[in-house]
Amino acid sequence: MTHKIIATLWRYSPLLLLAAVWEGVTQAHLVSQYALPTLSGVLTSMWTLAIDPDGLVYHTSRSIMRGAAGLGAAVVLGTTAGVLMAWYRPVRLLLKPFIQMFYPLPKSALIPLTIMWIGLGDPSKITLIFIGSLLPIVVSSFNATRGVDSVLIWSARGMGATDRELLWEVVVPAALPEIMNGYRVALALCFILVVAGELIIANNGIGFLINFLGEGGDYKGMFAGVITISLVGFLADRGYIMLMRRILIWRE
Amino acid sequence: METQPAAASAGASRAGIVIEDVMHEYRPPRGRPVLALDRLNLEVKEREFIAILGPSGCGKSTLLYLMGGFMPLQHGQITVNGKVVTGPGPDRGIVFQHFALFPWKTVRDNVLYGLEKQRLPRAEREDIAKRFIDLVGLKGFEDSYPSQLSGGMKQRVAIARTLAIDPDTLLMDEPFGALDAQTRSLMQEELIAIWNRSPKTVVFVTHDVREAVLLADRVAVMTARPGRLKEIVDTKFPGGLDPDIARTKEFIERVDYTWNLVREEAVRAEREK
Repeated sequence: MTHKIIATLWRYSPLLLLAAVWEGVTQAHLVSQYALPTLSGVLTSMWTLAIDPDGLVYHTSRSIMRGAAGLGAAVVLGTTAGVLMAWYRPVRLLLKPFIQMFYPLPKSALIPLTIMWIGLGDPSKITLIFIGSLLPIVVSSFNATRGVDSVLIWSARGMGATDRELLWEVVVPAALPEIMNGYRVALALCFILVVAGELIIANNGIGFLINFLGEGGDYKGMFAGVITISLVGFLADRGYIMLMRRILIWRE
Repeated sequence: METQPAAASAGASRAGIVIEDVMHEYRPPRGRPVLALDRLNLEVKEREFIAILGPSGCGKSTLLYLMGGFMPLQHGQITVNGKVVTGPGPDRGIVFQHFALFPWKTVRDNVLYGLEKQRLPRAEREDIAKRFIDLVGLKGFEDSYPSQLSGGMKQRVAIARTLAIDPDTLLMDEPFGALDAQTRSLMQEELIAIWNRSPKTVVFVTHDVREAVLLADRVAVMTARPGRLKEIVDTKFPGGLDPDIARTKEFIERVDYTWNLVREEAVRAEREK
């Protein structure tokens, strides 16, 4: 157990080094405190904001709620669309042009549009996150499904599987590792879109809080917000990897 | 290319496998089409063990996949036990070189899968699965995933899975090609034992001459691409399938003879590259 903790600390030691340099440089007044407040100040501010009922916990949970709603919808619809596109030609012919057109579009460019159409509240932000994470999920599900080794399909066919059984019992499980890698990409993207949406217009959420504190001159609080969201993003990614390992336990 | 009418077939009433006038052309999205098989005719008798031997790229695997019904037949006809092949079916079990196990299923579930597709009652399925896992010597590994097994063990699972659904015909595509030499010769002996216990029609694709002569009643040697039948070598030795045959003079001579046939084609294939 102690070995594990030491190993983890060692793995993240470059980050600890960065923290030490940050504190040292700011304490020695080598940079202006308006450009970079001291790390200890930021951490103190983070604690104050953390115990404030209208602080980090509230705003972060609003952001997570938006992200989860948008990403959840994208996972369900994106996977279905990607798999069906790969498996049924008519679906592919119908959807492929849309995917190709929207894939390269920077999704943040849609923020003004979603505001104009859906308004300023949660639905417009969730829609943006949904659209943004949908495409990588569709593309990875599509590629994963198309990439399934044909000998697996032949084996199942030879043993008497019907078309539908083939899709659900063989193709989808075989494609799952790559499909789940696509979810991970979408998860990272989803954080970008949550914060971007909230920075532009919102009255809560971590993006809003960062913007609000920054504009009010509370740079320590602003940095505390940035660190919080990156920490949440990091934990979400780690947690997702652990979940993936559990589900895909059959891999070596 | 057109397909010949089924009524004119000679194989329609015959047991075993009848391959008539089969041609197959690969048409890549870019580049010229490649003729893999050219007007190939071959008959495999019921319960015969035939090996198909030839230089790489001669279309021997293609021929096997066509018998399996995995690819549409472009020209000619294949009948298996009197039935025209139009698609895959559980009457023809296949074993692939790279095992084609379902990696997310345990050994037991891999073997059970085909039995479920045969809509057998649960108790019977469990019973058969157990029997075939025992037969290939994997008792104790029922709950392992394929990724936890060695190559030889994976191929045992694949063989158990195929044998469990009791196909009349066994199609094997270089099944021991990915295994090391010791494991391969062990697996050959086991296949002999299994076949001796319940003979089936076996089509065994390989490029290992010794393996072909050892296992098969007859060896069909194919020409370099486009694949045609070059010669059929009788490799049935008195006393039936027996690993000890490999030490006899007749066996060694037959291997040499077959090896020379393959060599001619391999040299030709190399020159045409």
